[in-house]
Amino acid sequence: MGKTTTSANLAAGLASMGYRTVAIDFDVGLRNLDLVMGCERRVVYDLINVIRGEATLRQAAIKDKRLENLFILPASQTRDKDALTRHGVESVIEGLKTAGFEYIICDSPAGIEHGAHMAMYYADHAMVVTNAEVSSVRDSDRILGLLDAKTFRAEQGMDPVKTHLILTRYSPARVAKGEMLSYKDVIELLGIEFMGAIPESPSVLQSSNAGVPVIFDPTSDAAQAYLDVVQRFLGEERPQRFLDAPKRGFFSRMFGSSNEAPIAAVG
Amino acid sequence: MAWLDYFRRSSPGSANLAKDRLSIIVAREGRSRSKVNYLPQLRQELLQVLAKYEKIDLDQVTVNVESQGECEVLELNVILSEPATMRKTVDSRHAPFFTDQSRARSAQSSR
Repeated sequence: MGKTTTSANLAAGLASMGYRTVAIDFDVGLRNLDLVMGCERRVVYDLINVIRGEATLRQAAIKDKRLENLFILPASQTRDKDALTRHGVESVIEGLKTAGFEYIICDSPAGIEHGAHMAMYYADHAMVVTNAEVSSVRDSDRILGLLDAKTFRAEQGMDPVKTHLILTRYSPARVAKGEMLSYKDVIELLGIEFMGAIPESPSVLQSSNAGVPVIFDPTSDAAQAYLDVVQRFLGEERPQRFLDAPKRGFFSRMFGSSNEAPIAAVG
Repeated sequence: MAWLDYFRRSSPGSANLAKDRLSIIVAREGRSRSKVNYLPQLRQELLQVLAKYEKIDLDQVTVNVESQGECEVLELNVILSEPATMRKTVDSRHAPFFTDQSRARSAQSSR
């Protein structure tokens, strides 16, 4: 559904605006955030090493090559998931806060198992990443239920985790044809704050091929959409874009148009 | 005259179907945040009672809460699985069916 891609882009976006940011991969056994962010060859220690005291945070956190204040804490590829303890996660997050990190992005694995639970447990905000597709929306509803009940904030009776909705792989052209749930439908079904839609775009695949988050390619519509999301998250008013299919004029309808947004090609 | 279809709007897409199915699921599995979180249990208990008298198909019972302004409507829809041609629907939409009397009264007065 795009959780890792979204984590990488939000982290890069926040860092590019000057915030000291770290992204932690919680998908023990199936790590991918390092690959999407292009630092897979520089992984020496991982999250589990830190939790077990085999490495320090300073040793394990990988500094991004493009941005000074962006770091990645990779997941372990081999260890057993049970090594991810609540106490261990707490100490890692506390350690990162002490080290001056302003934003800590926890990339959750799929599903509602232990890894996902640990990724959400200490969250202040939750970005619910979903596609406009039945199974994805239903899963998001489940996750929202867990966010209400099984987090530190819920268990301590504090203010609930703030939830935000990000729609990925959105295709306005297909929505216009009635083939895809619209963003309005998904907002109505899930009932949480809408941060924006990331349009279906070939640049997302190209960027993960290259290990460079798409947000670094300002010509891409997906990058602009991610930047909007980051700015909205930081409290700026940004008008929504990429929600409507571009109107095709008579000539482009007749002869096609090479600079048509890639969205139309899918529909 | 099939060629005329070319000019008609294409048949309504599947997005509406997806939305309808999801609304039911989201209401049924309802996450705890919803104000009315007894719906799954209510549905289960209703089923047990109904099953004494009628053959009921699990999928044919929907319990839903809609709020229109200050008025909340608890809607119970049971489709009795008799011969397919003789299906009748018991719809409590117009009869007040509130578990909470005070809410029923406030709802009535707001009309």
